Amino acid sequence: MRFMMLMIPKGYETAAPGTVPDAAAVAAMMKYNESLQKAGVLLALDGLHPPSTGARVTFPGGKPKVTDGPFAEAKEVLGGYWMIQVKSREEAIEWASRCPASENEIIEVRQVQEMSDFPPDVQEAAAGFAEMQMKSGHSPGA
Amino acid sequence: MTAADSSIRTHQDTHRAIDAVWRIESARLIAGLARIVRDVGLAEELAQDALVAALEQWPESGVPRNPGAWLMATAKHRAIDQLRRRTRLERKHEELGREVETRQETAVAEIEAAIDDDIGDDLLRLVFTACHPVLSPEARVALTLRLLGGLTTDEIARAFLVPEPTVAQRIVRAKKTLAEKRVPFEVPRGEELAARLSSVLEVLYLVFNEGYAATAGEDWMRPALCEDALRLGRILAELVPKEPEVHGLVALMEIQASRSRARIGPSGEPILLLEQNRARWDQLLIRRGLAALQRAEKLGGALGPYGLQAAIAACHARARTPEETDWQRIAVLYGALSRIAPSPIVELNRAVALAMAFGPAAGLELVDELTAEPALQGYHLLPSVRGDLLAKLGRFEEARAEFERAASLTRNERERELLLRRAAACGRTDQ
Repeated sequence: MRFMMLMIPKGYETAAPGTVPDAAAVAAMMKYNESLQKAGVLLALDGLHPPSTGARVTFPGGKPKVTDGPFAEAKEVLGGYWMIQVKSREEAIEWASRCPASENEIIEVRQVQEMSDFPPDVQEAAAGFAEMQMKSGHSPGA
Repeated sequence: MTAADSSIRTHQDTHRAIDAVWRIESARLIAGLARIVRDVGLAEELAQDALVAALEQWPESGVPRNPGAWLMATAKHRAIDQLRRRTRLERKHEELGREVETRQETAVAEIEAAIDDDIGDDLLRLVFTACHPVLSPEARVALTLRLLGGLTTDEIARAFLVPEPTVAQRIVRAKKTLAEKRVPFEVPRGEELAARLSSVLEVLYLVFNEGYAATAGEDWMRPALCEDALRLGRILAELVPKEPEVHGLVALMEIQASRSRARIGPSGEPILLLEQNRARWDQLLIRRGLAALQRAEKLGGALGPYGLQAAIAACHARARTPEETDWQRIAVLYGALSRIAPSPIVELNRAVALAMAFGPAAGLELVDELTAEPALQGYHLLPSVRGDLLAKLGRFEEARAEFERAASLTRNERERELLLRRAAACGRTDQ
């Protein structure tokens, strides 16, 4: 099973552009990342710039509307993620519990959907979409 | 919900949490203990004792803040208790009170001191011990999954479709053999290292393949085994980062696993590589596989057998459509593989690549040479490939006979169905 561990740092919603964690925090996090790697469970990870340099696209009345960050109304925003491969939800939670996170950080643990989680009709619709991508020369994630 | 219900639920949650902790900690725990007590079997017993203690205590006390350290401390106390008991017995027999006591105190101090060292080396020692050539391949596989993968005997038995007592016995005997042959708990050096490492890689690939192309049973794949093998491979790549073949094997497994979703049809039937929907290949695993292959190549020297197989798998992974496949390069890579690890199966694969690169006749020529190969008698893929090439050359009657022969030889139900369908299709085309 694959899980995303989504890092939600409180206050990141209003963080200034270019905000980065301090060296000590990064060092502690690197050690944690290494432990995930050494245990053979880490598949991918990334950190995200603060939302102040991002944008939100909403669809009022079905039409796209772009709002530049920061997003004053947002209570929680993402700061980064880890993708891990583990045997159970409990194992994912155990890994999340070992993160050297600070008091104002939340890690949300979410299972990644597999095609087999969907009912047949959704699978079929998704398969058609995948083929379309192939024909137009794009492969997902590549 | 009543209070009793909620308490039962909490206990079940704790048990699942303990399972998770065990999955994460057991290998390091056993490895650390094995260095202290110099006996893998005893180390595992001590670790199991600690697990039992956790199962008894954690539902009441809650999971401790650092569960790994708790388990290690508990196992360590058991080790010291055992040592004291043994020393008392010895003293009774020997009447050498003073000396034995000093020896015991030294040993206790050693156990106390030994815990906090870097665990990486111990883990590597455990890998080499579990995959030691004094053990049969089946025993190596069972011991590796048990000691390093954290699988229960029951899980191993189900994965390999053998009765649980068989696996349990295999593990008991393996531990006994290690003790009797006095296999040292250490990482081999110098020239021995290469041979021993290839034994380790062989075990991991055996596990992976049992998951990827189940040799028996009704399912075409058992993905959990593939994941176990991959996890162990990734761990090994961190432990010996300068060994190109380890990265080669990891690359091979990552790329093969990337096709898992695409190689099974809606009703569980196998789908062959060239007929797979490549949009369903897992790009994350492909990226990881290509990166691992690059690490193997960067370490310098010619690629080994796993590196070459990974390079072949990478040719497929890079092609967005079957038509884009670089078959000439694949034929060259199989040629290189054939030189360093000659085998009729590699030759069979080279024949397929030659057929794709230069036409079915070129492949059939090599396949026909292989039909006399004793090692391939009874191997279903030989008639299966031959049937395919014959069909491409329009020789349908011969092709059908080959597919039927292949169907009678495979032990996998799903594959048999596929082969019989191909045989039937030849009959139709013929009319």
